[in-house]
Amino acid sequence: MPALDEGTPLFVQIAGQLADDIVDGQLAEGARVPSTNELAAFYRINPATAAKGINMLVDDGVLEKRRGIGMFVAAGAREHLLAMRRKLFAEQYVDPMVAEANRLGIDSDTLLSLVRGTSVSNGGKTQ
Amino acid sequence: MTPTISVTDLSRRYRDQAALAGVSLTVEPGTVTGLVGRNGAGKTTLLRIITGLEFPTAGEVKVFGAAPAENDAVLRRMVFVREEQAYPDFRVGHAIRVASWFYPNWSTELAEQLLADFELPLSRRIRRLSRGMRSAVGIVIGLAARAELTLFDEPYAGLDAVARQLFYDRLLADFAEHPRTIVLSTHLIDEVADLLEHVVLLDHGRVALDAPAEEIRGTAMTVTGPAIAVDEFVAGGRVWHRQRIASRASVVVPGPLDAAAQARARALHLSLEPLSLQQLLVHASGSAVEEKVSA
Repeated sequence: MPALDEGTPLFVQIAGQLADDIVDGQLAEGARVPSTNELAAFYRINPATAAKGINMLVDDGVLEKRRGIGMFVAAGAREHLLAMRRKLFAEQYVDPMVAEANRLGIDSDTLLSLVRGTSVSNGGKTQ
Repeated sequence: MTPTISVTDLSRRYRDQAALAGVSLTVEPGTVTGLVGRNGAGKTTLLRIITGLEFPTAGEVKVFGAAPAENDAVLRRMVFVREEQAYPDFRVGHAIRVASWFYPNWSTELAEQLLADFELPLSRRIRRLSRGMRSAVGIVIGLAARAELTLFDEPYAGLDAVARQLFYDRLLADFAEHPRTIVLSTHLIDEVADLLEHVVLLDHGRVALDAPAEEIRGTAMTVTGPAIAVDEFVAGGRVWHRQRIASRASVVVPGPLDAAAQARARALHLSLEPLSLQQLLVHASGSAVEEKVSA
């Protein structure tokens, strides 16, 4: 998910931040996610907007409602989110990077070695 | 479901001046609606007619499906907090107690919490309070009433930013626990933008905009970059506003922009930024000139 900006609808941002927490493992599968009212109070937004964000993740199969108890992270949610994000990775990260490299006259070999250098300085970690 | 408020073709004239001219709108139950617009746009007049304090010259108002004027069954279900509300010469504690007799859903617990939050001195006479503290008394009553229809008309004269934030937080928390219909008239649009589910913009007594807040967010974009590229981008399209400095230009265009337009903007090295609700309303109020640009 790209950095959140003002142009992204609020409910999409709410969904995105919950999804980030699931991808990062801070919200484990089976964990209870904050209620609509808790999210509304925390982000200072209308509860209906928070509900819309939650419902977006329910529609994607990432969250599931357990009647009378609350909203929970569905089984397989993390894998599902990772698959969706990998699909968007080229479009959201690689394309703009290559476009900017072209603009600056950085050729593809230099670009590749920069990418390799960055992952080495990060200890070669892949997220 | 019956709308909480339904206004049809409403007009109100004062001598030769039209305060409201053919206003129609509905407010759905359980929503927070922002009533926004410049001073003199007709916000207060509209709220006064909705609360039965004033009669329309023409048109119809229904609240909970019935005419509000002199209709006790309707009026007891709403609370109206006015800008610079006048109070009898009571002490704060007394005014709150009196208010509690009028509202069937009154919460003493919430009132006490809010009185403490706003640090209101119970034994002080209201006319000896600062302007901000007087506004806080109105806010305490408006929230603790928990009326099915709660109307605030610029309720925060003299309140500082911290106290206003307190108001928004308490409003949101209590609304979440006890859903009701809230209408908030304000010109501090950006402060309340995220709290609103629906926005009605009045301009010179007419409805200039009536839409879900989420929909309004993408209605216009600022496009900034090299003037030549900006001109190329907007060629043939509608432009609400344009600004230029040296070789850079900035224009406001109606949105939302589709993926193709966004890609075109990226290719031209233009930056795109959505207008905030406040900026958008400035443009929608007609204070900006719309120009047609030809290629």
